[in-house]
Amino acid sequence: MKLSREIIATEDKRKLQDISGEEVLSCYQCGKCSAGCAMTSAMDLLPHQVIRLLQLGQVEDALRSQTIWVCASCLACSTRCPRGMSLPNVMESLRSTFLRPGDRCLNPADIPYELLEILPEQALVAAFRKYT
Amino acid sequence: MKIGVFVCHCGLNIGGVVDIPGVMEEISRHDNPGFVTDYRYMCSDPGQMRIKDAIRDMSLDSVVVAACSPAMHETTFRRTVEAAGLNPFRCEIANIREQCSWPHRDEPEKATEKALEIIRASVEKVRKNQALSPLSVPVTGEALVIGAGIAGMQAALDIADAGCEVTLVERLPYIGGHMAQLSETFPTLDCSQCILTPKSSEVGSHPKIDLFTNSEIHAVSGYVGNFDVTIRRKATYVNWDVCNGCGLCMEKCPQKIESGFELGLATTKAISIAFPQAVPNRPVINPEACRHFTQGKCGVCEKVCPVGAINFEQEDTFIDRKVGAVVVATGYDLHPKTEVGEYGYGVFSDVIDGLEFERLNSASGPTQGEIRRPSDGKTPKEVVFIQCVGSRDQENGYPYCSKICCMYTAKHARLYKHKVPDGQPYVFYMDIRAGGKGYEEFVQRATEEEGVLYLRGRVSRVFEEDGKITVFGVDTLSNKKVEIRADMVVLATAIVPSRGQTELCRLLKISTDEWGFLSEAHPKLRPVESLTRGIYIAGCAQAPKDIPDSVTQAGSAAAKVLALFSSDTLSHSPEIAVVDEELCTGCGLCVEACAYDARTLDIRRRLAVVNEVLCEGCGACQVACPSGATCQRNMELSQVMSMIDAVI
Repeated sequence: MKLSREIIATEDKRKLQDISGEEVLSCYQCGKCSAGCAMTSAMDLLPHQVIRLLQLGQVEDALRSQTIWVCASCLACSTRCPRGMSLPNVMESLRSTFLRPGDRCLNPADIPYELLEILPEQALVAAFRKYT
Repeated sequence: MKIGVFVCHCGLNIGGVVDIPGVMEEISRHDNPGFVTDYRYMCSDPGQMRIKDAIRDMSLDSVVVAACSPAMHETTFRRTVEAAGLNPFRCEIANIREQCSWPHRDEPEKATEKALEIIRASVEKVRKNQALSPLSVPVTGEALVIGAGIAGMQAALDIADAGCEVTLVERLPYIGGHMAQLSETFPTLDCSQCILTPKSSEVGSHPKIDLFTNSEIHAVSGYVGNFDVTIRRKATYVNWDVCNGCGLCMEKCPQKIESGFELGLATTKAISIAFPQAVPNRPVINPEACRHFTQGKCGVCEKVCPVGAINFEQEDTFIDRKVGAVVVATGYDLHPKTEVGEYGYGVFSDVIDGLEFERLNSASGPTQGEIRRPSDGKTPKEVVFIQCVGSRDQENGYPYCSKICCMYTAKHARLYKHKVPDGQPYVFYMDIRAGGKGYEEFVQRATEEEGVLYLRGRVSRVFEEDGKITVFGVDTLSNKKVEIRADMVVLATAIVPSRGQTELCRLLKISTDEWGFLSEAHPKLRPVESLTRGIYIAGCAQAPKDIPDSVTQAGSAAAKVLALFSSDTLSHSPEIAVVDEELCTGCGLCVEACAYDARTLDIRRRLAVVNEVLCEGCGACQVACPSGATCQRNMELSQVMSMIDAVI
């Protein structure tokens, strides 16, 4: 990983902080968020590792992570955070940044018919809410 | 003779292991004491009251307290028996805790047997104890402080303000030590010179402080209350009594040299004052650079000096002082460049250490406080700070933490960011140790508000490439290797004891740890005393520490000195070695055996002599003496034999 002042302070990172309203540098990487997260078994990166990537300006790596989609926004992390950071806000900012170009949204036509047969309606609504 | 035996349970410490009722029964049945009793906590007020009452009611002649180590409560119990009218040296401690119940916790029966033997031996010893009175030693109420950094200055001021004369000796031509080189200080970022100079000028003009700069300790002899010290005042080749500090000599001197105060980042002249606010504000000629000394000609300074202060013939002078106490505050050095061996330190000019960064950042420094890198004077836009260089590195440096680097690195990174707002500071660290008032908040501000990027990991390699310094490191938090092309690298190198500290310790006969830092008498309870009575320690000479801690320790050392000076005499234990002049053959074996230099040979009378004040009563001479002439008071041969008889 190459680091420079340009890499650390990218426009993407600034936008993410604008959207989430959170200063990622306030995180001191104690890991309490990850320790209490109920979804970590399905995550490729732990929540605090996502924050670390953002601190280092590695926005693309964070956007590619499954973690941002697995996050259930249950607020267990932000309730516990000793630095008062809202991780769900950061995760949401990452999701919306990922979707913002428009070509990455969920297209109903792409859902296989067989899947639609068994998919609960509530899950479908939730997927539209999250992936569009 | 009626002997009282008092057995302490120490809660369960002794009582939970040793069968105390059994021990008491055995002692009363076979050892013919006058009285035996026990108590849960003998050191408590009611416990001591039992001893006092028993002495009075049973008319006891001697007392044995079977309890913890004499190092803990010997003084307590001797005071107790004295209060009840007995001579304190008729009280003996039988250590049945540290030497019995604690190590033999798993074998209570054997522990009980051993406790019985220890008490029995003490009963036999105390039977022959003599009533002794403490020795009285006169005290000279003047102090010597070695080293005039912030710790030495503080100790000198505190002692002098209490009205005692202080001789303050500093190796360099000016006082203030490393603090004079710092730009700002954490955690308040106030200017170092601004808070230091009021103190240095107070030291310079204090009527009770006799200041010797450019001087070293040449010889030390004597003992607590009565040290004889010889100070070597090195030649400055300038008559300071005449000089008015006008600076004309420095201006006209044709010989430029690297400035030691500026750590080689700037030049000065062969005759110079280290920095503008220096106390005393008087120049010194460096004879290794001065053309008069190296080439035998020049003498420009002598010609221009309006008051005729230059004296090339000046020689070192020796001054004798008699003092009662010594404070050693010799400070620190940074791990030398030549020994770091990695990170290109001493090879690439843009790899500097923390003190050099202080000079770059200082308003009176080589760049007038602008951050410009040494190689080409450009403003560095990417600066890498590396912590723990030599510290916490058992293989290549020192195992200890240098304590101040976390804080000064955070300070450096913040000050850099204040001066170069578009620059990026990086800090490679292993842990951030910010345990001090306002320290954690200071570091948090660096990371959160000022954009200092902390990377958790060590750096593996630093090399120069196209005018940049490339740094290979790691960030263990993201599990990624890191590569930074930096403009400048600042190393937080390990703190080591100041040059010459080992030699000074040899003169003072005080000990150091394996790294050369001064040893304290007790790491927690006697942190400012050396193991030699009358010699106190303060500041980084003892261990790495920051300014507030150095000032605190210096004040504490001064309080100890003043307590020593509070009386004209001090008492010394009478339980020391004595020589039977009839038996002594003057062989001198005891002189070699003595670790405290308390034995000398009177050649004329062919007798060994004991210096009663220096003798610590260790007994080494008694063991070494082949003719049985030496014995220790209250530990005579007959006592030792009957103690052994009691056990076997």
